[in-house]
Amino acid sequence: MTITEDTRLQDATTPAALPADAEELARMRRRRAEKIGQWLLPTLVVLLSLVAWDRIVVINEIPHYILPRPGLVAKTLVEDWPILFDSLLVTLQITMGALAIAVLGGVGLAVLFTQSRWIEMSFFPYAVILQVTPIVSVAPLIFIYVDSKIAGLLICAWIVAFFPILSNTTLGLRSADHNLRDLFNVYGATRWQRLRFLQLPSALPYFLGGLRIAGGLSLIGAVVAEYVAGTGGIGSGLAFRILEAGYRLNIPRMFAALLLIALTGIVIFASLSFLSHMLLRKWHESAIKRET
Amino acid sequence: MTALAASRASADAGARPPLLSVSHVDKVFGRDVVALSDMNLEVGQGDFISLLGPSGCGKSTALRLIAGLSHPSSGTIRWAQERKDGDLSVVLQEPTLMPWATVAQNVFLPFRLQGRRYRAVRDEILEALKLVGLEKFQNAYPRELSGGMKMRVSIARALVTRPRLMLMDEPFAALDEITRFKLNNDILAMREKIGCTVIFVTHSVFESVFLSDRIVIMAARPGRVIRELAVAEPYPRSEAFRTSPDYAAQCRAASEALKEAMGAHDDH
Ligand SMILES: Nc1ncnc2c1ncn2[C@@H]1O[C@H](COP(=O)(O)OP(=O)(O)OP(=O)(O)O)[C@@H](O)[C@H]1O
Ligand SMILES: [Mg+2]
Repeated sequence: MTITEDTRLQDATTPAALPADAEELARMRRRRAEKIGQWLLPTLVVLLSLVAWDRIVVINEIPHYILPRPGLVAKTLVEDWPILFDSLLVTLQITMGALAIAVLGGVGLAVLFTQSRWIEMSFFPYAVILQVTPIVSVAPLIFIYVDSKIAGLLICAWIVAFFPILSNTTLGLRSADHNLRDLFNVYGATRWQRLRFLQLPSALPYFLGGLRIAGGLSLIGAVVAEYVAGTGGIGSGLAFRILEAGYRLNIPRMFAALLLIALTGIVIFASLSFLSHMLLRKWHESAIKRET
Repeated sequence: MTALAASRASADAGARPPLLSVSHVDKVFGRDVVALSDMNLEVGQGDFISLLGPSGCGKSTALRLIAGLSHPSSGTIRWAQERKDGDLSVVLQEPTLMPWATVAQNVFLPFRLQGRRYRAVRDEILEALKLVGLEKFQNAYPRELSGGMKMRVSIARALVTRPRLMLMDEPFAALDEITRFKLNNDILAMREKIGCTVIFVTHSVFESVFLSDRIVIMAARPGRVIRELAVAEPYPRSEAFRTSPDYAAQCRAASEALKEAMGAHDDH
């Protein structure tokens, strides 16, 4: 028996010698310009804002304990680096710890929810309540009942971060293709096999979307909880540095700490996006570059 | 005698050892949607049965019942010998591949669900892929394949366990005519090699005549079998059969039977 192959996979490119038409050339030019613009424009905006900031401070003679010049912030960042870096580590630790627990808790609960409708009906409302109650209003209570400050911070950050993972993963576990589900049934798959080979892979893109949101939220949760926990003791994170600097009117250091928090958020988001891309690039539409 | 001879199911199936029998099966959805009413079908080993009928006549419902995906409201479906792992496979209208898995991993699925290791069945997987002509695409992902190739992977997955019964629900309905003809030829060729029984749901008179030796014609509201035709052309059938006057005559006869089926009820 011979089967002629479908031709889709065969090379569809035109020989390089062919002259591209005007439309193609214009499109290629546009794409190149966009690629450069993507980096160049935000950089320009930042530079211009910094210059404007600097000029405003100088022209209006604003004292540095109200608004420092950008140069001073940079200088403070370098000079206070040992203190700030220690605090950064603390904040990162809380953030990562909370994110890790959020992943375990969120995915675990999602799996439970999809295994049993009854469990979902019983507990989902509480997950929602936990999510919609502002963390600043719950945090003081947590710090009363939990002795360890680190544990309190972790709990706060976890509460903020786990919901997107839970709801996205639940949605993903549910969205496995119906036909595939039938197929698994025909082949007599067990509950565990269906979870492992069908539902979890189907949920991966949804989970990763939730993870990206949760990454940012756990940083926010960590910072907010620290504000509530207030000063003192071991484990002083960046939020504590900001509070402390505020009391002492050390505004440049406040800005430096703020800058570090923002950068941390960006790094977290970028690395989670990268992780997501690496895991999905082979098969998921979201990660596949369009050829046209 | 014309090659197309009308016959009752039992008369024809009597010639072959039985595989499965559907007797007096009804399926009612909700309280009053009668999807299938008093269906009887004796499936013999090696039969190629087409279920042909208008939309909504219960073809898919019948297939799902036979596959064990749902249960009859009344009546029974019995296998002549006990059904074992891998005895049954299905091919649906969509290729239904796992997008996160490679072609080979997709074909591996039935074995994986039996708890077998990839290494132990690698030869079978390769063999199945060879049968559908895709051995070069083992490591491709479904999104890299055309519609026809995806369907081939789906067929390879169905063949890989060497099933005794293969259920196909309009597998080629979404494909273009040329690809469909090619796959029709290929399906027959594969069946020659594997020798499994096929129940094939289709809307197309031409497809059913070309492929099957028994055509079960169904009507809607309520879904039921109204008659059965036999196609006497022996296998293997080639492209020549498709252009023969015999084929044309049988298609005409089947069309008329189908028209009768649809006329038997008012609302079409
Ligand atoms: N799960 C279900 N719940 C309720 N009604 C259903 C269900 N599945 C099928 N039906 C009804 O049963 C009847 C037969 O449906 P079925 O899908 O078996 O038809 P079919 O012959 O396969 O049609 P088509 O050619 O369009 O695929 C239809 O009227 C349909 O609406
Ligand atoms: Mg159908």
